[in-house]
Amino acid sequence: MSTYTLPFEKPILELETKLEELQTFSEDQSIDVSVEIERMQEKIRETRSEIYSNLTAWQKVQIARHPRRPYTQDYIEDITSDFIELHGDRLYADDQALIGGFVTIQGKRLMLIGTQKGRDTKSNLKCNFGCAYPEGYRKALRLMRLAAKHNLPIITLIDTPGAFPGIESEERHMAEAIAVNLREMFSLPVPIIAIVIGEGGSGGALGIGVGNRLLVLEHAYYSVISPEGCAAILWKDRAYADKAAEAMKITAQNLLAAKLVDAIIPEPIGGAHGDRKTMSATLKRHLLKHLRRVEKLSPTELKEDRYEKFRVMGEFREQQLVPEPLLPS
Amino acid sequence: MALFGKKNYSTVKVRKHDIPDGLWIKCVACNEIIFKQELDKAHGVCPKCDHHFQLSRKERLDLLAEEDTFEEWDRELYSVDTLGFTGSASYASKLESNIKKTGYKEAVTCGQAHMGKHRVGMAIMDFRFLGASMGSVVGEKITRLFERAMEKKLPAVIFSASGGARMYEGMLSLMQMAKTSGAVERHHGAGLPYISVLTHPTMAGVMASYATLGDVIIAEPDALIGFAGPRVIKETTQQDLPEGFQKPEFLLKHGLLDMVTHRKDLKQTIIGLLDYMNTPPQEQEESSR
Repeated sequence: MSTYTLPFEKPILELETKLEELQTFSEDQSIDVSVEIERMQEKIRETRSEIYSNLTAWQKVQIARHPRRPYTQDYIEDITSDFIELHGDRLYADDQALIGGFVTIQGKRLMLIGTQKGRDTKSNLKCNFGCAYPEGYRKALRLMRLAAKHNLPIITLIDTPGAFPGIESEERHMAEAIAVNLREMFSLPVPIIAIVIGEGGSGGALGIGVGNRLLVLEHAYYSVISPEGCAAILWKDRAYADKAAEAMKITAQNLLAAKLVDAIIPEPIGGAHGDRKTMSATLKRHLLKHLRRVEKLSPTELKEDRYEKFRVMGEFREQQLVPEPLLPS
Repeated sequence: MALFGKKNYSTVKVRKHDIPDGLWIKCVACNEIIFKQELDKAHGVCPKCDHHFQLSRKERLDLLAEEDTFEEWDRELYSVDTLGFTGSASYASKLESNIKKTGYKEAVTCGQAHMGKHRVGMAIMDFRFLGASMGSVVGEKITRLFERAMEKKLPAVIFSASGGARMYEGMLSLMQMAKTSGAVERHHGAGLPYISVLTHPTMAGVMASYATLGDVIIAEPDALIGFAGPRVIKETTQQDLPEGFQKPEFLLKHGLLDMVTHRKDLKQTIIGLLDYMNTPPQEQEESSR
């Protein structure tokens, strides 16, 4: 896993290998190459910055899926001083693809809910590759209502390829679980901040995504359908995923330009997977900043704010009807 | 020779235009040949096997609304190609061909109509228009329907059919799920009834928003109803799908639906439900006197 390299990161890897060789060489031969090493390090920084400032939509999707990218559990570890996990939807099961509980962040008590991915077979089996079942969404709603009851703001962290498309999902009504969450999230009288930290996979992401603020990490994406799924339908071939990713305008930058998200949370150069510590600190700072702003609103204003936020989303043309002339009697 | 050369039968040349196109159609379910007029009279239900065919908006309206009571809302909303989407075909050209094909500007028709003594806000989705996928216009019209129904204190009755969100509009289409659900929440909060009727097929984005939020959810027989498409589920899980999967009987058994209603009983069923859930304005006034 530590050697997992994205195709477009190869130039960085090559330079890093060379640097290592150079270091070994200098140690073995006791030759001072510190100037060369410094130059090499500078070159690596430049290359990384160059690559990361010119990413295509498809490359961003790959970064968002990077196995070393921080997940919900990592952020909980890094930014909270306390986490009491709450389990189960009280109806069917406990879904470990969508976890949540009480957290304290910088002295602030909150409810945190997030989709969780795994890094190896064992953890991926446990959390179903970050694809929640209906019980996950129902647990999330239970926790959000609990937060509302005790006047705690809600933070949701989104990182899922999508809600799980399986037989059991249909038997237990995935669509209904998501729809009820959407409806109920509009009625909650506490602040809600939703952050896409990796993959924003369609309805499965939106199912915990109705916030007063919607923030997206710099290299995260949020899409109505996976690029592969879109390619399979519109190009009849999943191999056109890069084209689909481009066409659907799914990057954080696209979404901000379209006013569908409120802000982008910057990632360290080289992506969140390269520097988890910095990423967590930045996420915490942005989260608290936005929370402070929405906390000023009253319960009624919070609901109104959420409604208005989504109400204006939509692009269409409306032709005003010219009143027809009255017919002569 | 003349004996052999003479035909002892005569041929009648049947020219193609003597048989009006679509006079007879083959039922997709029972493969029987059925008389189109008979099918129309039964509101698109096969007289041989009861298979429910899809209805056009006009047929649906004729079936459900009292004559001449329908008043359309928000007819002049057109989709726009904000993303400049170019795939195998451009969104703009898809829209153009669908408008031409159906004669409608978008996939949903909204308005108010009478059903029995009840005045209702009504939406009818039309699968023929780009698979009745939900983009900005569908989302906006449904949202306005709930908002206007709330203003006028009307129940909402929606006949859904949809393949899901409209990919050509990217994230804008996904956000319509939230927008419409927010509008349902307000209408719901005002104590007004909402009946959701699921027709063939109702899937994905529409299903995961307003279609499953009805106070009462009715399905038409033979409708395919679900979140993920059967092909996607099969590919993802490598499992065989159970018999009748995502069909009304399956969903009734698993507890999603209140009922599966034959089309011939649909109007009376809805009116009967509204009799319990809807207090028409004149009665409200009387009871408050």
